[in-house]
Amino acid sequence: MAEIVTPNGFTLDDAGQRVVVDPICRIEGHLRIEVNVDDDNVIRNAVSTGNMWRGLEVILKGRDPRDAWAFTERICGVCTGVHALISCRAVEDALDIDIPANANSIRNLMMLAQYTQDHLVHFYHLHALDWVDVVSALNADPRATSELQQSISNWPKSSPGYFRDVQNRIRRFVESGQLGPFANAYWGSPAYRLPAEANLMAVTHYLEALDFQKEIVKIHTIFGGRNPHPNWLVGGMPCSLNVDETGAVGAVNMAWLNQVSDIIDASIAFVDQVYIPDLKAIASFYKDWTFGGGLSSKNVMAYGEFPAIPNDYTNDSWMLPNGAILEGDLGTVHDVDPRDPQQIQEFVTHSWYTYPEPDRGLHPWDGITEPRFELGPNAKGTKTNIEALDEAAKYSWLKAPRWRGNAMEVGPLARYLVAYARGKEEIVAQVDGLLSDLDLPIAALFSTLGRTAARGLECSWSAHRMRDVFDGMMANIKAGDVATANMEKWEPETWPADTKGVGFGEAPRGALGHWIHIRDTKLENYQAVVPTTWNASPRDPQGNIGAYEAALLGTPMADPAQPLEILRTIHSFDPCLACASHVMSPDGQELAVVRIR
Amino acid sequence: MPTRDTFYGVMRRHGVTRRSFLKFCSLTAAGLGLGPEFAGRTANALETQPRTPVMWLHGLECTCCTESFIRSGHPLAGDVVLSMISLDYDDTLMAAAGHQAEELLEQTIEKYDGQYILACEGNPPLNEDGMYCIQGGKPYIEKLRHMADHCKAIIAWGSCASWGCVQAARPNPTRATPIHKVILDKPVVKVPGCPPIAEVMTGVLTYMIAFEELPELDRQGRPKMFYSQRLHDKCYRRPHFDAGQFVERFDDEGARKGYCLYKVGCKGPTTYNACSTVEWNGGLSWPVKSGHGCLGCAEDNFWDKGSFYSAVTNFGVMGGAEATADRIGGILAGAAAIGVAAHAAASVVSHVRKGGTEEEQRHG
Repeated sequence: MAEIVTPNGFTLDDAGQRVVVDPICRIEGHLRIEVNVDDDNVIRNAVSTGNMWRGLEVILKGRDPRDAWAFTERICGVCTGVHALISCRAVEDALDIDIPANANSIRNLMMLAQYTQDHLVHFYHLHALDWVDVVSALNADPRATSELQQSISNWPKSSPGYFRDVQNRIRRFVESGQLGPFANAYWGSPAYRLPAEANLMAVTHYLEALDFQKEIVKIHTIFGGRNPHPNWLVGGMPCSLNVDETGAVGAVNMAWLNQVSDIIDASIAFVDQVYIPDLKAIASFYKDWTFGGGLSSKNVMAYGEFPAIPNDYTNDSWMLPNGAILEGDLGTVHDVDPRDPQQIQEFVTHSWYTYPEPDRGLHPWDGITEPRFELGPNAKGTKTNIEALDEAAKYSWLKAPRWRGNAMEVGPLARYLVAYARGKEEIVAQVDGLLSDLDLPIAALFSTLGRTAARGLECSWSAHRMRDVFDGMMANIKAGDVATANMEKWEPETWPADTKGVGFGEAPRGALGHWIHIRDTKLENYQAVVPTTWNASPRDPQGNIGAYEAALLGTPMADPAQPLEILRTIHSFDPCLACASHVMSPDGQELAVVRIR
Repeated sequence: MPTRDTFYGVMRRHGVTRRSFLKFCSLTAAGLGLGPEFAGRTANALETQPRTPVMWLHGLECTCCTESFIRSGHPLAGDVVLSMISLDYDDTLMAAAGHQAEELLEQTIEKYDGQYILACEGNPPLNEDGMYCIQGGKPYIEKLRHMADHCKAIIAWGSCASWGCVQAARPNPTRATPIHKVILDKPVVKVPGCPPIAEVMTGVLTYMIAFEELPELDRQGRPKMFYSQRLHDKCYRRPHFDAGQFVERFDDEGARKGYCLYKVGCKGPTTYNACSTVEWNGGLSWPVKSGHGCLGCAEDNFWDKGSFYSAVTNFGVMGGAEATADRIGGILAGAAAIGVAAHAAASVVSHVRKGGTEEEQRHG
């Protein structure tokens, strides 16, 4: 291939050295990235490949729709609960079920807790090591680290002795020669820029966050019985409320509600006193690493999340609004309608599937999934030992979803850009505040760091919204409403013979939709289009590249043998590949055709 | 290469005193349900044995097992990873990627052939030559077999590795296959659950490292210490079952009083796990305690046993806390099915005959 320009405006050139990174670690699931670098080690072509596929949607066929939340929850254990919630919304949409106000509040609390915990774990445990050099922390002066910590936050764990203890622990660990998860990494690379003290502070918080994250999810444990994979219910939530009657000890009572309240306070404190100051401190050393923007300055999309009004899934209700921005025009935000067959479509020209009309896009309600695993003529290696893929042919287990034909970026940055463009006050204040603190223009958001920063701001936003939602729920309970489930249409006899529904919202990683068809009280079909399918998407028949591929272009690598810069940008999306499941035939060889009417 | 550390050595050098170390050992022994006499044995084992390398592989799965593992409160996941094991490979947590990550597989085999624990999360798909789960351009099954060839023992984390779980539910499109059906020549410790309880995961791992032996397993390969009792028999709502007080519908009066969830589908009567005793997330709650029936997620093929909201009928009322799965599934099943259904029906009748709910009586 000579140099080509894609319809969505990116220049691709595969002439230079091919670099393969597989597995991409510190993500959920299995992802492969291939790039070509030019003579200056700048990335000129990028190929994103979903490496796994589980077929959950065909497994759902013929099941009881009330069970679907449990199956789909197992699409992902990192963003646990997210698919379960969207599945409940889809079934409730199909069966026209309204949930009680308390159920809406509890669902919002659980989803907000998920955002808070997931973003925190992503920053410290899946992303930080792209910016933070663990070994360099050994050279830090604990006293100077203490001063640094106290200059940026009032977090109490900040004494020189505390940092000295952590440093000693890391030193012993490194000197043992058994480096465990830190082995064979990129320590000492010139791409790392933090002073030793900032590295020690961040490594210390890596350990603190690992301990703290397990507290946040206890909100799931109280309302859903456990985490990961708490329980949900079509029609509301399974946890009954009882604050003053006989048997309250057998339900969600004042003792548990008080514990939820304390967890919310502790979460706000940790995020605002540890995560946000660390994010700003780290970002301040990488302000001129402006790469990784990709699609973010062009096309972004959000379905909306956190309904303030129960059963209202429109912008009258969403706390984070629905909308799509095209070509970076923040002045025009389009409404996104998951029901409109012209808006969301999936293509398989470059995916390991085939359609009767190979290059035509299909709306999820009309979705067909027919697997076809084959490598292109220019792939290197064999079917079971792939050395390099041929991106001119099929090259991924992910389909290519498009909105009105456009490749879109989804996720925290997309949500924040849509909310900013819609003029959502508290989001505008947060974004402007961060840009002003770091002395950066708004264009700085369109980058790997912008994505990482938006996730941090959203983590703080989520922790604070938990307080609002909790207080609102307590007021409702005080007013005498303790209902948590609407069981009027629980029995299948009450359902229509043939009905379709859609559940949509925003997972921590971006726009998520489940499209279902119920016939004779059973699931006739189920289709999920998930955030990572949007972001890690392969090319479409027009040649538009997806968000991962676009974001890698133009990035210089310090050393192509050490893929640190690739990890940085890919991690900024928080990949989740298990979500990329589609349908296939029972024997796995013949091509099943699944249609939704 | 420096010689391997003992667990005790590591803790001492982390500034842990011998007194604190012994306290940790007694807590660990208690956490494992082993009683105080085992504390000394734990301490001895940890003082004299080297830190064991653990290779954690991921097949087809959802990563809920890893997420559960890092929720462990006793011991903390960070302490496990930094001080108790040497987690030499785990693609979810490791800093390296690509070639640098895969090099660690061969390095470990070279250094610790026959000595490392292989921790498997998820399972391999066998259809399409294994290419429904690709790692490094090759089918996952190749990596699994290669690493299994050189390991000491295998831990099958969660229901995917133990039984197959959701991707193996009917019709199992990718032919996802549990570990013990593809690795036949190594001991496999199954730690089922979707996911397993965090402290059960760290408890099993700590036991294997502390005692340098496999925990005692039941006929299905599960550690007896955590999987030998039915949830139903240790359920704090069991007295309501015995008294015939049932939740008839979610969020009814019975639900608000914590009555038995049997009639809304609870699989506690046929599920062997530690949820009703150890509980979840630091012993805070478990599914039944928060109002939803047990899904039976630690049991083989739990996805294909009918709706989660259909009452189970094939279990023994008289089973007792340690009735075995074999017994429940065999001799008692026929008679018990009738017995339980009759018990449930009779209890409602008696409840109605008594003249309504407590509220009605109190206000009436």
